[in-house]
This record gives sequence, structure tokens and C-alpha cells, in this order.
Amino acid sequence: MADWKTAEAPERLRTSGLGSCVGVVLYEEGLSIAAMAHIMLPDSSMAAGRSLQRAKFADTALEDVLACLKEKGCSLRRLQAKLAGGAQMFSFSEGSDMSRIGPRNSEAVKAVLKENGIPVKAEDTGGSKGRTIEFSIMDSSLYIRTVNEGKTII
Amino acid sequence: MTYIHNIQPVHLDALQEAGNIGAGNAATALSQLLHKKIDLHVPSVRMVDFQEMQAIAGGEEEVVAASFLRVTGEAPGSMFFILQKEEAEELAYTLTGRKVDIIDDSLDELAASALRELGNILAGAYLSALADFTGLSMQPSVPSLAVDMAGAIISAGLLEISIKGDHAIVIDTVMEEAAENSTDAVNGQFFLLPDPEAFDKIFKSLGVE
Repeated sequence: MADWKTAEAPERLRTSGLGSCVGVVLYEEGLSIAAMAHIMLPDSSMAAGRSLQRAKFADTALEDVLACLKEKGCSLRRLQAKLAGGAQMFSFSEGSDMSRIGPRNSEAVKAVLKENGIPVKAEDTGGSKGRTIEFSIMDSSLYIRTVNEGKTII
Repeated sequence: MTYIHNIQPVHLDALQEAGNIGAGNAATALSQLLHKKIDLHVPSVRMVDFQEMQAIAGGEEEVVAASFLRVTGEAPGSMFFILQKEEAEELAYTLTGRKVDIIDDSLDELAASALRELGNILAGAYLSALADFTGLSMQPSVPSLAVDMAGAIISAGLLEISIKGDHAIVIDTVMEEAAENSTDAVNGQFFLLPDPEAFDKIFKSLGVE
């Protein structure tokens, strides 16, 4: 949660227990490197603490991931993305303005990707279910596991 | 956040006492509901990062049944009542007489409703004792029930905290049925996660500024 990492094939990238968080994979077809971020909040302007953990927010996390991929030889123009998560685990009408955070996370991630001209090739977002995701860099498949609705591949 | 860095053992002791009083009242309520003796473990109060928080709820991917509610008032926060899968099924059976599989798509509405009501009663008992003890107003929202991966569920209670920092202080209380055969014993776990701004008020009310 609130972190990102890169890996090279045949390794797989995995993150588990996504609720309102969004898992984003960035990859370049034909290259053996990819990155996965587990994003918790939509925008770093929400931060109220003194120290900002950049990997927590969609804008700052993706900025760092893109810089890292570029450094490792990826061409930003050829990057593609897949995402999953952004669920609303509980429904609340009171006591928290955080209840729509899942959809807001997905929207924020897509906005940042759009700004950078990165197409979203597939997504499985929303709903009210937890997801565990695993990305196979070899064939760019994103495996999604849920408790109630089984497994899907996007 | 300064509160995280200024926490002393005396503060953790005060939170432990608060958790003990809240969970004690909840255990009494559960005991009356089930007509069984319920044992209460001494609460553990820990400062944890978000990964550790998921781990103490059973692991990121462990399936749990969780009642979650937001606390508003002078000491806002998030509260969970968590049952592992088998425990939730056992309790649903005790309350409704129906054998259910809680991860089945068609979760029996009666069983879901019984678990939701249980969460409502226990969280209400916990919070009202805590509010009396601290003299602070704490109003629970209506609890919401979810059966899913612990990691996905717990993160819902960390959002308010995550805006301000990367650590949570959790008051974790386990209660279990006092049974001869401990493998059949039902046990449940309470998590109280005060929002960062609640700590000053809680400590002040408990005289450990």
C-alpha cells in the first residue's frame, strides 16, 4: 500500500488487498520492464502532514514512476497502462468525506495518464470488492483475483 | 505529525485502559446476546504503519467479515469489528440457526442482517462506554458490513489518517468465547483507530497531557 516498484520479465509484479486503492501498471510492449504502483489517495494537495510520502498520491507517485521508467530506457510515448481497484468498500452518507475515494482515485490516475499521453489499455475499477492483482510482463496480462467474483484477466 | 513523536508509554497505557473499558462493555453485550461467557484479552495498543495494520487484521488477502463505522464528535475516528470467516459463520449460525458460507455470492440476507446488527450492538456498546469514560462525545455512524480481503477493508479506515501521516495508533482488543474446546470458540477483534486530531482530546480527558 502506498508504494511502487519496477521489475523485469520473467518476474511478475503483484499487489494484494486493493480496496479503494488503485493498482496501476505501466509497461512498454516489447520491453521486458514494467512498473506497478499501489496508490492510496488522488492528489498530493490533500496532504496535511509535514513529510509527504510521494508514493501515496496519484500525481506524485506516477511522476516518480514515469521518471524511473524513462531512466531505465522506456520511451514515454510508447508506454501503456492497465489499472484495477478504486472500489467503494463501504457505503456511508455521514461521518466521512472519504466514501467516494475509490472512484476519485481511478479518475485521478486516468487524468495523470491522459496528461502524459499514456493510453489505458484495460481497466477493472469500481464496484465494492477487494482485488489482488498480478502483472505478467512477458505477455502484458493483468490477473485479477476477487473473493466473491473469482478471477479475471485483462 | 507531532502527536506520533510525542507518544509516551503513559499515553499508550491510557489508551489501553480506554480500550479495556469499551471492549468490556461490548463483551457484556455479546455475552447477553449469546448466553455465553465471553473472555476479554487485555487490549494491545500499537503504533503501526499501514502494512502492519493489514497484518494484524489477519493478512492482506485473508477473508474477513467486518463491520466498519465512522465515529464523529469530539474524538473522531474509525472503528472495526472483525471476525475471521469461520467465526462469522459460527456466529451467524448461533444467531439465526442457519449454516451459511459467507463468501458465497448469495450471502443469506438473514445471516448478513444478523452480523450487521451484531456489529451495531457491539460497536455501540464499545463507544458508549468509551464516551462515558472520557467524557467526550462520540457518535457512531450506522455500521456497514463487508465480507472481503482484510487489506481492502482495513484501508477504508486508514484514509483519514493517511492524509496526515504514515502511521496509525490502533487499540486492538480480542474477545473470545470461554469454551472448553478452544477450537470452537468464537472470537472477534475490535480496532479503534482515532483520527490524528482526536488524540489531544483523548489524552487531555484522561489526564495524561
